[in-house]
Amino acid sequence: MSLVSIRDVRKSFGANEVLKGVSLDIAKGDVVAIIGRSGSGKSTLLRCINGLETYQSGSIIADGIEVGGASTNLRELRRHVGMVFQQFNLFPHLTAAENVMLAPTVVNKVSKAEARATAAEVLAKVGLSEKMDAYPSELSGGQQQRVAIARSLAMRPKVLLCDEITSALDPELVNEVLRVVEQLAREGMTLILVTHEMRFARDVGTKLVFMHHGKVHEEGVPKEVFAAPRTPELQQFVGQVG
Amino acid sequence: MLQFSFWDILSNLLIATQWTIVLSLIAFVCGGIVGLALLFMRTSRIPALEWFTKVYIEFFQGTPLLMQLFLFFFGIALFGFEVSPWTAATLALTFWTSAFLTEVWRGCVESIPKGQWEASSSLALSYIEQMRYVILPQASRIAVAPTVGFSVQVIKGTALASIIGFVELTKAGTMLNNATFRPFLVYSLVALIYFCLCFPLSWWAKKIEGRLNVAR
Repeated sequence: MSLVSIRDVRKSFGANEVLKGVSLDIAKGDVVAIIGRSGSGKSTLLRCINGLETYQSGSIIADGIEVGGASTNLRELRRHVGMVFQQFNLFPHLTAAENVMLAPTVVNKVSKAEARATAAEVLAKVGLSEKMDAYPSELSGGQQQRVAIARSLAMRPKVLLCDEITSALDPELVNEVLRVVEQLAREGMTLILVTHEMRFARDVGTKLVFMHHGKVHEEGVPKEVFAAPRTPELQQFVGQVG
Repeated sequence: MLQFSFWDILSNLLIATQWTIVLSLIAFVCGGIVGLALLFMRTSRIPALEWFTKVYIEFFQGTPLLMQLFLFFFGIALFGFEVSPWTAATLALTFWTSAFLTEVWRGCVESIPKGQWEASSSLALSYIEQMRYVILPQASRIAVAPTVGFSVQVIKGTALASIIGFVELTKAGTMLNNATFRPFLVYSLVALIYFCLCFPLSWWAKKIEGRLNVAR
């Protein structure tokens, strides 16, 4: 059974239909890279999966929870579906460790000591053991994004959604974030990434999804899809960005 | 006839000033508590609660404070309850203050970037938890200066309580004027005392505002 199942999802902002019937199945351990032009609906799709956006028809089932129904328990869903944002969105009034500890202590009612131990573990995983007590303003963009990843990991998510997480970074800081994501992929974390990093999508992804005009235009194994795009739109897209 | 020296006038005014301060503090603290509750309702995205707070705020911001004092003083008496000037003034000033503070604070909450809401939502925090741990700690830093600034309005607003017979600074001034027939002296002193109460607050508010601007 798939971990995330998306069936014929449609979503409009006013008169503008951004998702025109998207279906996608994501199994445990998949590393799904979603690529496409801006405005193709990739980010919107990702945001529908954890209920940050609502959709008009179709269905999304994530970790056995139907997202978007009137009675959806979003809190339960989000305990298991983490998200990392383009703009990091760290809490500026809290240190790195406090950022990581917040959800475990508040939502999961874990003790401070236990949460701090978890924070130390996940911050070590992203290579920031020495920065536990630093405030976000004292960190570089790459470091902030790694704290944001650690903050999601502290909730032990079953799926991690990554929304263009390297797009706001200076070029020299992109790799330190990608290395962390790659390590997570190797450890078997289920990842859904909206990304512009084509090389990363090809080398680390287990599944590639090309979105075009609100639809899944082409999908498959990244290396095969990149080597021989079937549709002219993807050929053109790969030619421009690759 | 009883003679009032300058010092008699001043000391009587200062005694009455205590009541202006007490009424201001109560109105400000109670108004702050009610205002905080209203703030949670106003930003809850629950239509009925938002609608209620909107009407509440429009009413207390859109009608004169004096009329509100009359409504509480005379209005409640119509239902057979004995209302002292003290109770009426406290209630009216509390509700009036809460309406303004809610709007000031809502502006501060809305100045927090949307990403903070999204990130905390994605971490499974509930609305109350988001406000408590993520939004308010940041919004309150911005809110200090305008809130202190508004406290000046509350102090000046208490002067209206004199009209329903509450003896605070303004009322004491009126009574002393009736007894001494020295309006210029009496009301100059009244104004000076109000200024001494208000100026430090507005000066402090300016200072905090400047400090926040430097921090950015």
